[in-house]
Amino acid sequence: MKKLRKVLAILLALGLVLGFAACGDTVDEKPEEKLKVGFIFLHDENSTYDLNFINAAKAACDELGVEMIPKYNIPEGNECFEEACDLVDRGCSVVFADSFGHEDFMIQAAEKYPDVQFCHATGTKAHTAGVPNFHNAFASIYEGRYLAGIAAGMKLNEMIEAGQFKPEEAKMGYVGAFTFAEVISGYTSFYLGAKSVCPTVTMDVQFTGSWYDETAEKEAANVLISNGCKLISQHADSMGAPTACENAGIPNVSYNGSTVAACPNTFIVSSRIDWTPYFKYMINCVVNGEEIDTDWCKGIPEGSVVLTEINEKAAAAGTAEAIEAAKAELVAGTRHVFDVSTFTIGGEAVTSYMADVDTDENYTKDTEVVADGYFHESEFRSAPYFDAQIDGITLLNTNFG
Amino acid sequence: MANIQKKTHEPLFHIAKRDSIPTLKAWLIRAAAIVIALIVCGLLTMLLTGENPINVYASMIEGAIGTERRVWRLLQDLAILLCISLAVTPAFKMKFWNIGAEGQVLIGGLAAAACSMFLTDSLPTAVLIPVMFIASVLAGAIWAVIPAFFKAHWNTNETPFTLMMNYIAIQLVSYYCFVYSVPKGSGKIPLLPKASWLPTIGNNDYILNIIIVAVITFGMYIYLKYNKHGYEISVVGESENTAKYIGINVKKVIIRTLILSGAICGIAGLLLVNGTNHTIASNTVDGRGFTAIMVSWLAKFNPITMILTAFIIVFLEKGAGEISTMFGLNSSFSEIITGIIIFFIIGCEFFINYKLVFRSKKEANSK
Repeated sequence: MKKLRKVLAILLALGLVLGFAACGDTVDEKPEEKLKVGFIFLHDENSTYDLNFINAAKAACDELGVEMIPKYNIPEGNECFEEACDLVDRGCSVVFADSFGHEDFMIQAAEKYPDVQFCHATGTKAHTAGVPNFHNAFASIYEGRYLAGIAAGMKLNEMIEAGQFKPEEAKMGYVGAFTFAEVISGYTSFYLGAKSVCPTVTMDVQFTGSWYDETAEKEAANVLISNGCKLISQHADSMGAPTACENAGIPNVSYNGSTVAACPNTFIVSSRIDWTPYFKYMINCVVNGEEIDTDWCKGIPEGSVVLTEINEKAAAAGTAEAIEAAKAELVAGTRHVFDVSTFTIGGEAVTSYMADVDTDENYTKDTEVVADGYFHESEFRSAPYFDAQIDGITLLNTNFG
Repeated sequence: MANIQKKTHEPLFHIAKRDSIPTLKAWLIRAAAIVIALIVCGLLTMLLTGENPINVYASMIEGAIGTERRVWRLLQDLAILLCISLAVTPAFKMKFWNIGAEGQVLIGGLAAAACSMFLTDSLPTAVLIPVMFIASVLAGAIWAVIPAFFKAHWNTNETPFTLMMNYIAIQLVSYYCFVYSVPKGSGKIPLLPKASWLPTIGNNDYILNIIIVAVITFGMYIYLKYNKHGYEISVVGESENTAKYIGINVKKVIIRTLILSGAICGIAGLLLVNGTNHTIASNTVDGRGFTAIMVSWLAKFNPITMILTAFIIVFLEKGAGEISTMFGLNSSFSEIITGIIIFFIIGCEFFINYKLVFRSKKEANSK
């Protein structure tokens, strides 16, 4: 018993020493004044979606010599508001959040701190919220998807020429998260890219109802493969679909980054958004005291939309050249992804389309977005609003599950 | 016989149950466990990351209570976790393994969210809030009473039953969020109308939540300790046969207790949805339905002790988040630290209930 007491006393004393030492250590802070930029991430670097943002944030902050204060694993609820306020307490002049569901809470924080800038990726409400220090950002990723679609179409052509299947059997599969404009715009542009080189192509889309569900994504890809899809692409954040493709030997066009390490035989190419240009723009605006755009959406010329290296082992010959040629036309404005002469809706040509640009509960179609022969995606707000179901694409489950 | 006994090898030590232990000594063992845990974590931090462990601890404290805002947040999170812990306590005390708090809270929240979305236009706030309260309590109670009813009448196993009810609740909320999502198809519902938010006291968003949970804590303490129901719960928990023998209606107690358990979960759902997040998603409860079980067990089902155990867990969570911000360490690292500390806290309960008896030389010689 006495021994026990002695041990306890020593341990407690150690604890106290540690505790006091801890108090003493926090005093010496450096008085250096650097601009502080707060980042709110939905997950940490284990999610490909967040990793893409984290890498860009580090790159932009390092390059501009500002201090990055990250907050990881912040759910889409009141915590986002609290963390945004906490970042303001720490002296951040600008706070960025990376997930769609953070938006309402970022707006709350922006209303509370009108002198701090709040920027949010993938949101839709900045242009209608009436909060001047709240801003949305996106990138014209539909152009990247379109180019990736060309790689897919080339691969299908190669397989047709090799006699693996007939041209009318050229069917692709697509694993989507939600039946939501961002996903619809993505798979439609991918399909149109493929169709531009392989005119007989059709596509089946299977939804998972989640942004990250490895099992569901893998299962969806397997369903598509067993339904006769010759090539798979996806818009969800796990490795589920690429892994299913590698296992089945089916070519895959990826998203958010290269999956070549895990899928050396089937990965063709991947498109992704590079957020570094936006972060640099956002920080520079604050440094120079300029207004940040309410909606910011840039694309290939600014380096916001990029393609990974093409995996020559899986891609068809001439893919790189075809992509370069199309890219030049997109940049020059001589080719448009949503050119209304390249698709029909319900068998009819499209001459007019009212889109739900101003977010509201009744999904009011409020803005005419077809002009000059093409659908003007991401011009009236940064987040995509192409939500039409065009011919050639079959949705297998419009609800999820 | 004597020969055999002589040859028996006595192990270096053996484990013996303690009869009882003075409260002070028990708390000293707990304090020692925390100190040892901190030292182990400190060593691990130095070995794995090269960071000074003292700085790591300092930033944990800073992250949990460093500013006034963080103190309020800590209290708010403490209140919600405590509320759910109080809800599961009577069921666990009765040895009814209710691992369905996650779903009971969520379904209570869903009821509150649905009332907010569809009744705000037609009811004044003063009527709406009581209606939401009743709806949440009912929803939570129904979710808990279904497995209780089956247990009471057909002795079904409540563990998988309550667990599966969680998934049903999660899927219902996912479906609801999908159907009413804005923008269309995004799976996210907009913020609930402001008129349906729980009122704030002064300028503080959280005081009301904290007060409500404080009242429930006190009420639960009285209920379990001084009310006949509380006694019946203990008896049923100790032995159902004894309970039957002394004339307790076991079926009634099981059902009544689970209605209470579910109802408090429903209140937690209301506080989370209308008092905190002002929206609902399938992950709104965020695992607290399970963490609550640990809080309740660690406190030995004593509502007042639960304030402390819930505080430790919330404090560690908040502090751990700060580590990944300050040191750029992966958030898994802070989870490792939290895990080690909780391991020691739980592990020390073993030494409070049992003791190691070492082979004594004197005894061996005397034999």
